[in-house]
Amino acid sequence: MRQFLSVIAFMLIVIGSFSAYSNLGIPQIEPAPPPTEEVIDLGSMDMGQFLALGDRIFNGKGTCTLCHNSLGRAPMLDQIGSNAQARLDDARYAGSATDIEGYLRESLTDPSAYVVAGFGKAGTNDTESPMPGTESGSIALSGPELAAVLAFLQDNGGLEVTVEIPTDMGDEATDENAAEPGEPRAPFTSFQDLSDEFACEACHTIGEEAGDLGPNLSAIGATRDRDYIRRALLDPNAEIAEGFEEGMMPDDLGTQLYATELELLIDHLSQLK
Amino acid sequence: MRKTLSFGFLASLVALVVCVLAGTGPALAQEAAGFGPAPVLTAADYPTVAGVNGRLVIWIVAQLHLWFAAFVLAVPIFVFIIEAIGMRTRDKRYDDMAYEFIKVSITAYSITAILGGLLLFSLILFYPHLFGYLSTIFSKSMFYYALLFFGESAVLYLYYYGWHWLQGDLRKWIHLSLGLLLNAIGTTLMLLANAWLTFMMSPAGVDPAGVFNGNEWEAIHNFLWNPINIHRFVANIAYGGSIVGAYAAFKFLTARTSQEKAHYDWMGYNANFIAICALLPLPFAGYYLAAEIYAYSQQMGITLMGGIFAWLFIIQAVLIGALFLSANYYLWCGMGRSDGARRYYWAIKYIAIVLIGAFLVWFTPHTLVLTNSELKSLGGPHHSILGPLGIMPAKNTAVNLMIIFTFLSFLIYRRSNKVATVSWEGMGNTLQVALFTAGILNILFLGIYHGYFTNTVYKVAASIPQVLTTFVVIVVSLVLDSFIYRGARDVGPLHWGRIPDRAQYALFLLAVAFTWLMGLMGYIRSGIRQHWHVVDIMRDNSPNAFTPTLGYAANVVSVAAVIFLTLVIFVFWIAKVSSVKTLPAGYWKE
Ligand code: HEC
Ligand code: HEC
Repeated sequence: MRQFLSVIAFMLIVIGSFSAYSNLGIPQIEPAPPPTEEVIDLGSMDMGQFLALGDRIFNGKGTCTLCHNSLGRAPMLDQIGSNAQARLDDARYAGSATDIEGYLRESLTDPSAYVVAGFGKAGTNDTESPMPGTESGSIALSGPELAAVLAFLQDNGGLEVTVEIPTDMGDEATDENAAEPGEPRAPFTSFQDLSDEFACEACHTIGEEAGDLGPNLSAIGATRDRDYIRRALLDPNAEIAEGFEEGMMPDDLGTQLYATELELLIDHLSQLK
Repeated sequence: MRKTLSFGFLASLVALVVCVLAGTGPALAQEAAGFGPAPVLTAADYPTVAGVNGRLVIWIVAQLHLWFAAFVLAVPIFVFIIEAIGMRTRDKRYDDMAYEFIKVSITAYSITAILGGLLLFSLILFYPHLFGYLSTIFSKSMFYYALLFFGESAVLYLYYYGWHWLQGDLRKWIHLSLGLLLNAIGTTLMLLANAWLTFMMSPAGVDPAGVFNGNEWEAIHNFLWNPINIHRFVANIAYGGSIVGAYAAFKFLTARTSQEKAHYDWMGYNANFIAICALLPLPFAGYYLAAEIYAYSQQMGITLMGGIFAWLFIIQAVLIGALFLSANYYLWCGMGRSDGARRYYWAIKYIAIVLIGAFLVWFTPHTLVLTNSELKSLGGPHHSILGPLGIMPAKNTAVNLMIIFTFLSFLIYRRSNKVATVSWEGMGNTLQVALFTAGILNILFLGIYHGYFTNTVYKVAASIPQVLTTFVVIVVSLVLDSFIYRGARDVGPLHWGRIPDRAQYALFLLAVAFTWLMGLMGYIRSGIRQHWHVVDIMRDNSPNAFTPTLGYAANVVSVAAVIFLTLVIFVFWIAKVSSVKTLPAGYWKE
C-alpha cells in the first residue's frame, strides 16, 4: 500500500508540474477570438476612414501579416509601389490585369495568376502561390472589405489611391439615413444613434448588445473616470485595456465626432455603473 | 473476464446501432437530393445538455478514447513480435511475457470501446450538425468501421483466450496468424478514424462550399491522412511500450520474491526497449507531419509553428527532454544487472552532460521573442508570428545529438555484459569512435552553418542531412558492433532484478510524460483548425469556437490524464484480482 501511494503521489506531482510549467513557465497569450464581419457603413465614410478600415482588415481579419512580415515568407507589401509595375512588365506575367490596381486585385482574388519569383509553393516552380484566395475560405473578405484592403495597399505602398469607396455593401442592406458623401451630416443627439453609427456594439457589450472584441462597457463608469474615457475615445492606443489588441478600437473618432457627440458619449459612458 | 467480454461486445453493438442510425439516416435523406453544402451554423445550433460545456466533454472523452485506443492498438503489435521471437528462440519466457502484455490490454480494450461509444454519443449530442455532415461523407467507412470492430473483438478474444489452447507446432502458427490478423484489423480501424479527423484538417472530395462529390476514397485519402497515420502508428508503439513498462515497474515494486522481481525487471526492460525504439524515429515523423501541414496550407503551417502554438513546442521540448532523460537514466541503472558494467561507468557522466546540454538548447527559446506586446507589435490580432524556423536548426541539432547519445547509452548497455573475442577489437572500437565523432561533427556543422550563415528560407534545409547522419551513425554502428561482438563471451549471468527501486520511477515518468505529451499534441492538432470544424468549409460558430490559452489547455490535459491513469490503475488492478482466489471457510455447503 505504501508503494502504491508513493507511485500515485509521484504521478500526481509529475502531472502537476507539467501543468504548473505550462501555466507559469511560459507567457499566457490570449489567442484572438474568431474573426467577425466588420460592420461597415460606407455611406458616411471618407477616404481616411476607408483606408483605416483597410488597415484594420490587413492587420486583423485578413491575416495578411501572418505571411507579409519581415520574416521573408512573402513579399513585403510596403514596397508594392515599386514592385507592381515590374510584375506587370515581367515576361512571366500571364494574368489579365492591365494596371496596378488590377494587379493588386488579382493578387488577392487569384494569387496563382502570377507568383512572385521564389515564393511559390515548394515543388511547383513558382506556378502555384501559397497565398490563400481572400474572397473565400478562411479569410472570406466581402467586396467592400477587399476594396478597403486594396486602397490601403496602394496608400501603404506610396501609390496613388485609385480604388473608389464602393457605394453599397453589395447584397447587404445600405443605411438609408446615411448622408451623401461630402455633405456634412447632422449631429446625433442620442447615445444609441451614435453607437449604431460608429458600431461600438459590434465590439463592445453595452447593456443588452453583446460584442466581445473590446472590453465590456456596461459598467465602465464604475471603474473609469471621465478623463480616462475621453482619452480612451480620442487616443485609444495610448493605453490598452488588459487582454485586448491594440489597433482594433478606431483611433480616428476625434476627427469623426462633433464636440457635442463626444461629450454625449463621455456623459453616457461615465454614468454606466 | 467473461463480463469484460460481453461488455466489449455490448459497446460495439451500441456503437454499431448508433452509427447506422445517425450515420446513414441523414445519408439516405441526402441521397435523393444529391449532397448538400456544409451547414452554416449559428450559436443556436449547438445544444447545451445538462448545462455542461460541450467542447470540454468532447475534448476529454476523445482524449481518453485516444489514449486507450493507442494502447490497445499498440500492444498487439509488439505482442506479435515478442511471440514470434519466442517461437524462433523457443524461449518460453517470451511467450509468457507476450501473454501477460495482452492480458493487461484486454480490460483496456473494453474501456476503449465504451469510451468510443461515449464519444459518439457526445458528438451527436453536442455537435449534431457537424456529425451529420461528416457522416454523410463518411457513411460507408463509418459503417465498415462498426463492422470491423466486431471482427477486432472476435479475433482479440480468440487470440487471448486461445493462447494456451493454441500451443505446439501447427497450432502456434495459427495463433501467430491470428495475431497478424488482429493487427491488420486494428490498424485498419485506426486508419479509418484518422481519415475522419484529417478530413477536418485538410478536406478533400468536397467543393469550396462543402458539397461532397460522392467519392469517399478521395475524402479518406486526403492530404494529411498518411502523415498522421505514420505519426500515430509510431507514437502508439512507443506509448504502448511505456504503459506496459509502468505496469512492470509497479509489479516490480510490489513483488515479494526475488523470482518475481527478476521477471518484472526483465519485462520492464523489454517494455522500455520497445518504447525507446519507437521514440527514436518519432521526432522525424513529427517533422514530416509538420512539413506536410505547411505544404498543405502555409497559413495553417504558420499557425502551427508560430504565435501561441510556438510556445507549445517549448512545452513539448521539455516533455520530450524528460522522456529521453528518464529513458537514459533507466538504462544506466539497468547496467547494474551486469558485473561487467563497471568498465563503462565513466562514460555515463559525459553522456548525461551532453543530454542535459542538448535538452537546454532545445527548450531555450533563444530567438523566439514572443512576449505579449511583441506579439502585438508584430501584426494584427490574429497571428503575429516569429519564425521558429529561425530556431529550427538549433533544435534539430539538439534533438539529433540527444538521439545519438541515447543510442550510445543503449550501445554501452548492450556491451556491458560482453567481452569481445575478435582479434581486431581495438580497430573496431577506433572505427566506432571515428564514426560517432564524424557524425556528431557533421550534425554540429550542418546546424551551425544552416542556422546562422544562410537566410531564413534555407534554415530548414539542415534537418534532412542531419537526420540522415543520425540514421547512418545508428545503423553502421549497430552493424559494426554486431561484428565486433560476434562470438563474444559473457562476463557472467545477468542479474535480473538487481536494479534500484528508483529506476522504476523512471518508467513511471516515461509513461506519465508520454500520456501528457499526447494530450498536449492532441490539443494543437485540433487547435490549428481554429474556428473551423472542417477547415475553410464548415465554420465553428459555437460559443466555444475560440482557441483557449495554453495554460487552460494544459489543465484540461492534466485533468484528463488523471482520469486516464485512474482507469489504468483500475485495469491493472483487475488484471491482478482476476488471478486471486479467496477461500471462504465454511461459506459453501460441504
Ligand atoms: C499564407 C500566407 C499569406 C497570407 C495569409 C497572405 N499572403 Fe499575400 N502573398 C503570399 C505569398 C507567398 C506571396 C508571393 C507569391 C505570389 O505572388 O502569390 C503573396 C503575394 C501577395 C501580393 C503580391 C505581392 C507582389 O509583390 O507582387 C499581394 C498584393 C498580397 N500578397 C496581398 C495580401 C493581402 C492583402 C493579404 C491579406 C488579405 C495576404 N496577401 C495574405 C502569402 C500570403
Ligand atoms: C473594431 C472594434 C471596436 C469598435 C468599433 C469600438 N471599440 Fe472601443 N475598444 C475596442 C478595443 C479592442 C478596446 C480595448 C483596447 C484599447 O484599449 O484600445 C476598446 C476600448 C474602449 C474603451 C476603453 C475601455 C477600458 O476599459 O479601457 C472605451 C471607453 C471604448 N472602447 C469605447 C468605444 C466607443 C464609445 C465606441 C463607439 C464610438 C467604440 N469603443 C468602438 C474595440 C472597438
